[in-house]
Amino acid sequence: MAKQESWTKKDLTGIEELSRAEIELLFRQADRFLPALAPGKGLDLMRGRTVVNLFLEPSTRTRTAFEISAKKLGAEVVSINTTASSLVKGETLRDTALNIRAMGVDAIVMRHSSAGAARYLGNALDISVVNAGDGAHEHPTQALLDAFTIRQRFGKIQGLKVTILGDILFSRVARSNILCLTKLGAEVTLAGPATLVPATLKEAYPQVRIVHDLKKALSGADAVMLLRIQHERQTTTHFPSLGEYTSQFGLNAERAAWLKPEAIVMHPGPINRGVEVESEVADGPRSVILEQVRNGVAVRMAVLHLCTGAIAR
Amino acid sequence: MNTAEHTPLWIRGARVIDPSVGRDDARGEVFAKDGRFVDKLSKSDQARAQVIDAAGLILAPGFVDLNCRLGEPGRGARESIRAGTLAAAAGGFTSVVTMPDCLPAADNVGTIQLIRELCARDASVRVLPAGTLTKGHEGKALAPIGSLKKAGVVAVTDTTSGVQNNEIMRRALEYAAMFGLVVLDHCQDSSMTDGAQMHEGAWSLRLGLRGYPRAAEEIVVSSDCVLAGLTKARIHLQHLSSGGSAEIVRRAKAAQASVTAEVSALHLLLTDAALAQYDTRLKLNPPLREEADRQALIAALVDGTLDAICSDHSPCTATEKDCEFDLAPFGAATLETAFSAAYEAIVADGHADLNLLLQRLTCGPARALGLDAGTLRIGGLADVVLIDPKATWKPSAKTLLSKSGNNPLLGRTLKGRIRSTFVGGQLITKDGQPAK
Repeated sequence: MAKQESWTKKDLTGIEELSRAEIELLFRQADRFLPALAPGKGLDLMRGRTVVNLFLEPSTRTRTAFEISAKKLGAEVVSINTTASSLVKGETLRDTALNIRAMGVDAIVMRHSSAGAARYLGNALDISVVNAGDGAHEHPTQALLDAFTIRQRFGKIQGLKVTILGDILFSRVARSNILCLTKLGAEVTLAGPATLVPATLKEAYPQVRIVHDLKKALSGADAVMLLRIQHERQTTTHFPSLGEYTSQFGLNAERAAWLKPEAIVMHPGPINRGVEVESEVADGPRSVILEQVRNGVAVRMAVLHLCTGAIAR
Repeated sequence: MNTAEHTPLWIRGARVIDPSVGRDDARGEVFAKDGRFVDKLSKSDQARAQVIDAAGLILAPGFVDLNCRLGEPGRGARESIRAGTLAAAAGGFTSVVTMPDCLPAADNVGTIQLIRELCARDASVRVLPAGTLTKGHEGKALAPIGSLKKAGVVAVTDTTSGVQNNEIMRRALEYAAMFGLVVLDHCQDSSMTDGAQMHEGAWSLRLGLRGYPRAAEEIVVSSDCVLAGLTKARIHLQHLSSGGSAEIVRRAKAAQASVTAEVSALHLLLTDAALAQYDTRLKLNPPLREEADRQALIAALVDGTLDAICSDHSPCTATEKDCEFDLAPFGAATLETAFSAAYEAIVADGHADLNLLLQRLTCGPARALGLDAGTLRIGGLADVVLIDPKATWKPSAKTLLSKSGNNPLLGRTLKGRIRSTFVGGQLITKDGQPAK
């Protein structure tokens, strides 16, 4: 496969828009940023630039990771969260964004509850827009850091068996990961209750395997990605209770033994200990959860650097 | 509309198609006087008549739309009766049935009178208001249907609110039938569509948008067919979107149920794949569905399961649609492009001939509601369209007459063009622009 040498996209709104070569280019950039993660280290590639984190849905982890990523690159960062936002006063997203743009900002990192919002904003603005999660659509930096972590552990992604377990239907993390992993050549299995992992997902993503039996889903897998069970979104119609979910699909040591011996356990956080995963697994030797968090900074540095660099100053 | 004192009309040279009587004359003539069709003009009338040479064009009865919204009263930013009826004429529609979900809702005599007054002042085509079935189209208590009928409504419907309670639907059907009013029903089980944004399928899964399953429509189509059997009342099923719905109607009609049904022109042309870029202009209720549905709807239109093509003109402002997909209102402005959309889907794509398409735009819908329209019958209202089936055109925001900016076919090359539209023998629009 031809190596892509330069990045041309001002926005990162989804994995869907990225080619395999672009993803690999981004990983090589993230590799180069790993040393800057050490305490006391930092770069000045984005000195004089300003990044606005526009978070219209609650988030601590992703927003913090983006703030640190921008600061490690020397950029100024301003974070706007939903309660401080003028959007609650009825201003449109376009107007809010145009106002931020008018203040001389280089990039907007946005989290929004509506699918497609990041693409809408990217089309509306001539500055970089990075999607930090849009409804149930995509969360591209999460998928990139997940794949980056797998690549770091196994030295490759092609041919690996990855199982994504949990609420696929409402999950932007799952969508971005399905796209990212299949583009990189992994074999993806989706697992969980039939209400959250409907068989029709196969029509949307023909490359994936859909399994509702946990043992089948985990046996022979190189990696399992657990998704946070978000009861508030799933209402009462999609599964009966958290206890029932845990009894059917929660990952404990006994079930983790179905995985390959060298398999890893991943989670985008925040973890519901005792719901989708038991502490013995989350804190055990298979867990790469904190490596994911660390890699997330390097990957987001690469995204901010490449996207803002794609616009001629 | 005052049509009494007008110049006689004499159109000649056109291919004349009147599906209501199976007429198709390669070169025919049509005469109108005092707003109605006549079989000939006297010598003196001929001398003062407006003579139109329509060689190369198709002459047909003016189209009848059973499902549109004209903004007023209450939503004047979206559409006005003046602009909306000119848009209707530009699209070939000379009689339009308006949905009652205006503000205030058309659930009372006063609102119907207001609509009629506004139309007397501003309308360029015949506006036939529908009233609500229940108060405030809330589905709880019956609207004063008898009084609404007296005030001039041609049908009753709760439009996109739907009627969720089968007992209320049953009693409403029985009550409306007493006045000879057809009930129009938008078929949506709202318990299955909470937060739904588009058709539930591969595209909704990819886009992360809440799905609106076919079953939510098909369940209500089924219950409506059952209730039509129980009450013997007439139900007209609005803008069906699912292939399964068409099949249910086909079986109900075979069992002599008193149901008729329509499909919107956009649903004949487009599928949910058109939403891949979150184009809010295509956020519709019911939603665009899959290619298999589109093909099934076309087949049902051709075999007569579906009686009518509607515009489903639901104007929104450009500002309302310029937002996140979840927040955009449902609906598209379609009056001016409905014929071309249906022409492409049905005739240009080879599914049926122009005669069938015109039947579904004229006497098909007129018969479903028992309207005096959609025919060239001598003595009937002289509403006529001249069509150029060979023309292609590109709708643009600058030239469309609707006040709303949310026509999803802007910039697309369309086939088949309405050249002239006459209401009561008077030229209203020519080549998409007001005649005056």
